[in-house]
Order: sequence, then structure tokens, then C-alpha cells
Amino acid sequence: MWLGRRLLYLVPATLFTVLVAAYLIPALDPRRDPSRVASALIDKPAPEFALAPLIEGEAGLATADLAGRVSLINFFASWCGPCRIEHPLLMRLAGEHGVTIFGIDYKDPPEAARRWLAQDGNPFARIGVDPTGRTAIDFGVYGVPETYVIDRSGRIRHRHVGPLDAATVEEVILPMLDRLRQ
Amino acid sequence: MRRVVWRVVWLVLWLAAAAPAGAVEPDEMLADPALEARARALSREIRCLVCQNQSIDDSAADLARDLRIVLRERLVAGDGDDEVRQYLVARYGEFVLLRPRLRPATYALWFGPPVLLVLGGLAFYLALRRRAAAPAPELTEAERRRLADLLGEGSGEPP
Repeated sequence: MWLGRRLLYLVPATLFTVLVAAYLIPALDPRRDPSRVASALIDKPAPEFALAPLIEGEAGLATADLAGRVSLINFFASWCGPCRIEHPLLMRLAGEHGVTIFGIDYKDPPEAARRWLAQDGNPFARIGVDPTGRTAIDFGVYGVPETYVIDRSGRIRHRHVGPLDAATVEEVILPMLDRLRQ
Repeated sequence: MRRVVWRVVWLVLWLAAAAPAGAVEPDEMLADPALEARARALSREIRCLVCQNQSIDDSAADLARDLRIVLRERLVAGDGDDEVRQYLVARYGEFVLLRPRLRPATYALWFGPPVLLVLGGLAFYLALRRRAAAPAPELTEAERRRLADLLGEGSGEPP
């Protein structure tokens, strides 16, 4: 049998092995969560929005507030368990690290949100209310909490789905904020 | 017995005629039935990102309801089917579509299996032809005599 013919029979087997490896190696990485959807808005300008304030007397939150500063936008709700879990991290980010965090209160009775923040502390420079969740849909939010990193020109540079954890803050968020501030 | 069979057939026909219920609630439905039908058809193609394996038509999740309402608003505003899909993809990415669109990025997905099928079929056909074309090996004298014996044309004596 011609040696070339023998090798030809190896092609499908090799192709199969390569495809299986290409699938399995990333799939078995324990850090990957396949249910996390990547944001479709990375490097795009934040969507237009103008939200009423949560706390009476304060200014609300609008797209114009994002320009000229590096900030985080945190979608939260008082009824959201993971939001409460990440709350101390947000307090530290705002307090110790001086990060500007804007809050968007997602489909939440305003009184409940005000009560929670009065109890546990308010890390937000400003808070807008999104009672219908329409602004959240414009951002591509599919659950709370979600945190967006916004650069000086108002572009979305990163999204974190779910509660922030110390590792993500140290390794991803803080370095990114430093870089964007240059 | 025949009455029972007919009853069953009647029941099955009625059940088959019932439209799939989905999770759509009465307060979401549009007044215009043609528009509502388009909304239902489109909803079946949009993934509920909370459950991820259900369409927003099927899912009872809050986000699914919100997206159903947004979809209907776009239809009422006059968007075509593709524009509605694009509206959602612009916000949520291609993953929000249950049926991947035909784009350069998805060519491998759509064309891969048929191409592999054709290549495999070709390989199979060529292999078959090669085997059929190979000539039968020549029989030696001894083998020819044995064949004749077995076929009963020789002296008839078993070996």
C-alpha cells in the first residue's frame, strides 16, 4: 500500500482529535462560566439614558455624567442577594480607592432601595432609578448585579456579570481603572 | 370500539389545532393579530438569557417578559423582522438569537457539516471503486482442479 494512502487515513482521525481538543481544553477550564454572556457593547459608547434620582433633592444619572471621568456603573436592586454580598467591596472601592461608582437601581421600589443604602452605606456618587428596566436592556443587562467600567469618553470598556469578588477587583478592575486614568 | 377511535381522533385533531401557549400574558398581546403573530414568531427565535435554553416566548422569567414587550414596541414602531433582530443583537450580541445568522463568522457552522458529508461521501465512493476495479487473483492449476471438483465437474471424488 502506498505510504501516502496510509497517511491519508490518519487525516480524519487527526482532524477529530484536534477538534475535540479545541473544544475540551477551554471547556474544562474551571474559571470559565459558559452561561456568562460577553457584552456586545465593549468599546462602544454607553447608551443614551436620563434617569431620575433615587434620593430626592439629588441629581439623577444621565449619559452626560459619564464624560470626562473614569467610572463604574453598577446595576443593583435591594431585592438582589448577590448585590448585598458585593456591597462591602463597592464601599471599599469608593472609600479607600476613591473610585467613582454610579448606581442604577433596577426594577426596585425606591423606598426599599433607600432603606437598604441608609442601613448598609451608600457607595454611589449618584444613583439613577430604572423602574422599567429599559435602560438596563439598552446596556445589555440580563441580571443583577452587573458592573460596567466606563472610560473618560463615556465608552464601555469592560463588563462584570454577577457580584464582584476581591480577586476580580484586584486583578481586573483596579488595574483597568489605573490604565484608563493615564 | 369504532366510536372510541373516532373520539380519540377528534381529540387529537383539536389538540393539534391548538396554538402553542408560550408564556405570553394577555396584557402583553398586541391588538393587531398580524403583528401579534409576527411577535410570537420572532419571540420564538430570541433566546432568554436567564434560562438560555428557552426562547423568550417560552420563558416565564422577568427579563423574557421585558424583552417580549420591547420586541412588540419595535414592531408597532414599524420595524421589520430583521431590524427587530438587529435591535436585540446590538444590545445582547449574536448569542441572543437562537438561530445563528448566516455571516462569515458562522459559515463554518452552517456549511461545515454538508461539506464534510460530501467529502466523506466522495471518499467512500472512491474507495468503493478502487475495490471493485481490483482484478480477482489468478488461480493456480491445483486450485482450478479443486474448484472443478467442488463444482461437480471433475471426477467427483472429494479431496
